[in-house]
Amino acid sequence: MPVILETDSRFKELDEYIDSVKEKSGMLIGVLHRAQEIFGYLPKEVQSHIAERLNVPESTVYGVVTFYSFFTMKPRGKYQIKVCMGTACYVKGGNKILERLREELGVEESEPTKDGLFSVHEVRCLGACSMAPVVLVGERDFYGRVTPDKIPHILNSYRQKEAKNNED
Amino acid sequence: MAVENTILICAGGACISAGEESVKSVLEEELKKYALDSVVRVVETGCMGACNLGPIMVIYPEGVFYQKLKPQDAKEIVQEHLLKGRTVQRLLYKGPTGEIKPKAKEELPFFKRQVKVATRNLGVIDPVNIEEYIANDGYFALDKVLHKTPEEVIEEVKKSGLRGRGGAGFPTGLKWEFTRKSKSDEKYVICNADEGDPGAFMDRSVLEGDPHSVLEGMEIAGYAIGAHHGYIYVRAEYPLAIERLGIAISQAHEYGFLGDRIFGTDFSFDVELRIGAGAFVCGEETALIQSVEGKRGQPVQKPPFPAQKGVWSKPTVINNVETLANIPVIINKGAEWFASMGTEKSKGTKVFALAGKINNAGLVEVPMGTTLRELIFDIGGGIPNGKNFKAVQTGGPSGGCIPAKYLDTPVDYDSLMELGTIMGSGGMVVMDEDTCMVDVARFFLQFTADESCGKCTPCREGTRKMLEILDRIVEGNGEMEDIDRLETLAKTIKDTALCGLGQTAPNPVLSTLRYFRDEYEAHIKDKRCPAKSCKSLIAYTIDPNKCVGCTACARACPVNAINGEVKKVHEIDQDTCIKCGSCYEVCRFDAVEKVDAIDLVTN
Repeated sequence: MPVILETDSRFKELDEYIDSVKEKSGMLIGVLHRAQEIFGYLPKEVQSHIAERLNVPESTVYGVVTFYSFFTMKPRGKYQIKVCMGTACYVKGGNKILERLREELGVEESEPTKDGLFSVHEVRCLGACSMAPVVLVGERDFYGRVTPDKIPHILNSYRQKEAKNNED
Repeated sequence: MAVENTILICAGGACISAGEESVKSVLEEELKKYALDSVVRVVETGCMGACNLGPIMVIYPEGVFYQKLKPQDAKEIVQEHLLKGRTVQRLLYKGPTGEIKPKAKEELPFFKRQVKVATRNLGVIDPVNIEEYIANDGYFALDKVLHKTPEEVIEEVKKSGLRGRGGAGFPTGLKWEFTRKSKSDEKYVICNADEGDPGAFMDRSVLEGDPHSVLEGMEIAGYAIGAHHGYIYVRAEYPLAIERLGIAISQAHEYGFLGDRIFGTDFSFDVELRIGAGAFVCGEETALIQSVEGKRGQPVQKPPFPAQKGVWSKPTVINNVETLANIPVIINKGAEWFASMGTEKSKGTKVFALAGKINNAGLVEVPMGTTLRELIFDIGGGIPNGKNFKAVQTGGPSGGCIPAKYLDTPVDYDSLMELGTIMGSGGMVVMDEDTCMVDVARFFLQFTADESCGKCTPCREGTRKMLEILDRIVEGNGEMEDIDRLETLAKTIKDTALCGLGQTAPNPVLSTLRYFRDEYEAHIKDKRCPAKSCKSLIAYTIDPNKCVGCTACARACPVNAINGEVKKVHEIDQDTCIKCGSCYEVCRFDAVEKVDAIDLVTN
């Protein structure tokens, strides 16, 4: 993984956010959310920077990053595929969807695919239980009542989108 | 020009995931095309509750209910319904026996049997328009309480009998009174919107569909206890709820319903959003306080209770979303009205999220004391595909499974407790004969073991040990002593864990052992999974009498374990098969069967 340099312009964007909330107390989690939005993940360099700016020990930042499952220290795929493992989805075969996805993509756990396009994540209930089993790609693309044989089709739609983007 | 028709489109989570946005955009295009956009008003509402029928549209004044809409259907609705005045028959709701219900919202038991209090505005108003909330008595209650003393407000809430809707059922008025009596220069109100129970989506629907009712409830709580600042702690998994809360807060500020000197009185109140980061334990109030302060969300010992020492070490009231949404109605309609509904010790109504193996999955609100049978069969429409009901799981990972013989139990806090489960936040996941109860227990233990914060040993180590045992059992490697081990561990964890997460973590195992011990024994003694669900104990075979050789299964198999030529009987190579079940799903002739693996070995 390439190290993010302190001169990276994205730090400026993060600092602007930090300055806007500095007056409020208890903003570490909020700052980490913003940082992950900007960088995509929270490597050590970003954590050190935040610790310095908020004047808290690096260990505190690391402690919070590792406690919450939303925060990641490793990059994720461009399209994060979230497979709901809530009760309703589980009862309706969510684990089969998960297995099929990992098999199709040849990945284990939440590592990104070699092309960096996808990563697969188990998530807690997405609250769309009536559509179980549910898969969410990115933040907005919901797929309800998914069956394992629909998986290749879903993946291909993103591969095509990507190929089209590359052509343009 | 006057508005002739109002079209309500459900923009709840399920309808959005079913494609509501494209239906709406086609509808709007079409309205423009026929210059109807000035006489037809389109309103996106919160969740209407009938989530399995989405996307849903109701056209007024007639009240015609269209369901399961595709984008192109919107064109037909404009051309037929709006222009020619002809109802589009094929898009109407049809009951199980094929009868058409054009005004489903007024006709179906699913809607008729409900009493909506906390969800009163869901599916009725546009959640991002504060004026629609005001038009439905919004912020009237706030104005009313500002003319009373805080003590009178607390008395009213106490008299209503309202108990916390987040799970534990602590009387809300009492909680407010304790916090009022704690002496401090500053106090806080927190809305717990960290709805983490898998299978629960009540709070999400209220936050998305009626955010102002939560804000108003918080302000009333703030006035009652003497606080000027509130936090809404909402989970990051609910981006739409976060967005709508943000809009609601800024609108309330604009209208002077939030901020300094509200309604010209001395009362000032402000609300700030805090976003979670994916930790189930943060639904526990002491952990939530840590997280609001930006720290690791680990619970701390109680007492002191938050009412004495909460966020920033100041007295704090923490109420759940649904509890707060009830408050304005209680103030407007009076404590007696609220207390006239429900059972002796559980007053009012409760919102339930019906999910799992049930026909009408969705959101319902009914008076406390409604029986499980009414909920699951009359309102929920029963079990799909002619299967048999096996159990209903309530209370999420802290709750348990209730078997068929208790279906006539009236649902309230105490009756569910007697059955070894809890009301919890209101998630109800229905299970049928295909669901393995040992696997369900294992699922929840895996959940709690993953979500254990690690602070106390009983929860951190104990849930893990229980999970190991359950893993063994579902894999067919269990021994009878394992059942005793599970029971001993469960009791120890219940007695010694630090917080509610740990203390209730063994409930799913205890309740399934209580009602479905035979399933545990079948896994251990006979190496059979009665529900044919546990992968290690089953195998897939093809019935040669039913197979027509269509090759669908062979094409679906990801590991090429199925051999056979076109129009000839196919066969599954058991050594290659990974038991993914794809063949079972695609076979249209019911030729693929699940059998006990142990029978194949002996044959």
